[in-house]
Amino acid sequence: MSLKQLTVFVENKQGTLVDITETLAAHNVNLRALSIADTRDFGILRLIVNDNDTACSTLSEQGYLIKITEVVGVKIGDQPGKLSKALQVLDEAGINMEYLYAFMARTEKHAYVVLRVADNAAAEAALEAAGFHLITDADVDKL
Amino acid sequence: MEQRYYQKEIETMPVEEIKQLQSEKLVKQVRHVYENVPYYRSLMDERGVKPEDITGIEDLHKLPFLTKADLRDAYPYGLLAKPLKDCVRIQSTSGTTGRRVVAFYTQHDIDLWEDCCARAIVAAGGTNEDVVQVAYGYGLFTGGPGLNGGSHKVGCLTLPMSSGNTERQIQFMEDLSATILCCTPSYAAYIGETLKEQGYTPDKIPLKAGIFGAEPWTEEMRRSIEATLGIKAYDIYGLTETSGPGVSFECCEQTGMHINEDHFLAEIIDPDTGEVLPEGSKGELVFTSLDKEAFPLLRYRTRDICVLSRKKCSCGRTLIKMAKPMGRSDDMLIIRGVNVFPSQIETVLLKEGYEPNYQIIVDRVGNNDTFDVNVELSPDMFTDTVSGVTEREKALANAMKTMLGINPKVHLVAPKSIVRSEGKAVRVIDKRKLHD
Repeated sequence: MSLKQLTVFVENKQGTLVDITETLAAHNVNLRALSIADTRDFGILRLIVNDNDTACSTLSEQGYLIKITEVVGVKIGDQPGKLSKALQVLDEAGINMEYLYAFMARTEKHAYVVLRVADNAAAEAALEAAGFHLITDADVDKL
Repeated sequence: MEQRYYQKEIETMPVEEIKQLQSEKLVKQVRHVYENVPYYRSLMDERGVKPEDITGIEDLHKLPFLTKADLRDAYPYGLLAKPLKDCVRIQSTSGTTGRRVVAFYTQHDIDLWEDCCARAIVAAGGTNEDVVQVAYGYGLFTGGPGLNGGSHKVGCLTLPMSSGNTERQIQFMEDLSATILCCTPSYAAYIGETLKEQGYTPDKIPLKAGIFGAEPWTEEMRRSIEATLGIKAYDIYGLTETSGPGVSFECCEQTGMHINEDHFLAEIIDPDTGEVLPEGSKGELVFTSLDKEAFPLLRYRTRDICVLSRKKCSCGRTLIKMAKPMGRSDDMLIIRGVNVFPSQIETVLLKEGYEPNYQIIVDRVGNNDTFDVNVELSPDMFTDTVSGVTEREKALANAMKTMLGINPKVHLVAPKSIVRSEGKAVRVIDKRKLHD
């Protein structure tokens, strides 16, 4: 059970994001979700895409520093309080979280949250026990 | 103002007599080294030079050079010319084991070094009525101990402050009415700025003179320090290999530093061919210690690019003058008074598991050096969190600080982002414009 995130090191230089997104577009890679953490000197771009292999190889060829990170994907209802409930589950299980971001599905009445936690297996177990539905790379392809 | 000297006879000795004195000392020194330093003996033997071939300073060019590489090869005892039981002190430069210089001193060597520093203090107007605040680092670094000893010789009240703790420096300066400040020029500037911020005007600062060295500084910086502190600022030069500060010093004319020629014989050579250049030529400065006992380096290449001049000086000293060094013939940088070789950065990177792809950027903001190191991030070192990257930056900065003695700001950058010119990476960008 896992969801793969593409992590890209981005220098704070004009045109870098344009270049990355263009490269992905040229290879028919579709972005499902995106988040960026930035500092004065650099940014860390995190992507959920429909085709990890292609994205990874094309960006690497362009000289980008890429890392595949295993994250936890969880499906939550598109209603107030649902995210809070999921986070509460993790909190109660004592699982530390580094960051999270969310995206909406085009058709379903659901949102998806990508969680980067200290212990994936524990987080997945806790969420499933609380009745949450987890998503994997295979699910992302179908979204 | 009456011009005072610490050792008038030497400092104002007619040039021909100084040369005669140097010749006599050189002949003796070469014999001492040949007999006691097998490392240098074999260098002389390789060249087919015997001590009896050296009859005066005109034969100096026959002797082989010593370089920092020799010091490394011979570390720690290979260039020692006296039994350890006769040695009383070491001083050392910062840096890796490979680059570290350990210099040994007998009591005689300490005395002559302190005499040299005493001459510098008197040339800056010091007498036994002065209060000398020594804010150079104490310890292995030669700055503190050298000026401390010189100050004692002159009979000044000596404040052995060492560097740092600026609040305390200012408190002692004020409470004990320090009249002469000895430190690096950048620290002098920093003390000056702090005093200014605290509302001190130059007339409220008791100092009258400063003796500043151990790092390159410009004429503009001199004028700015002089204005802020209300003093006259004198340059001093030296290196651990030859003893420490006081190899040469400035007089009231402030147009170059008089070399203590009775102890140090200076030459200017072509750094590429090793050929000795005539007086007035720009080239690499080479020193021969004429009467040091424990660590007597002959023809040591300083890597400083410099010009010598025997133009008559209004201070009355006849000692030859050297210009402020105009650059280096190697890649050494002096940042905040500390010697930094790019290869040291490389060593740290390799040790910490990075590829040696880096760039050093040095600048001067106000009167303080900034020191940034960009390092290309490698896939193994990349993490998906900001804290992961910044922690690695901090860890690298700490490792560099341990190696160099000063703290750089480390920036991890994208692979292949450091500019390479003609395939070769530019390792150092020095924006300080210290030299013409």
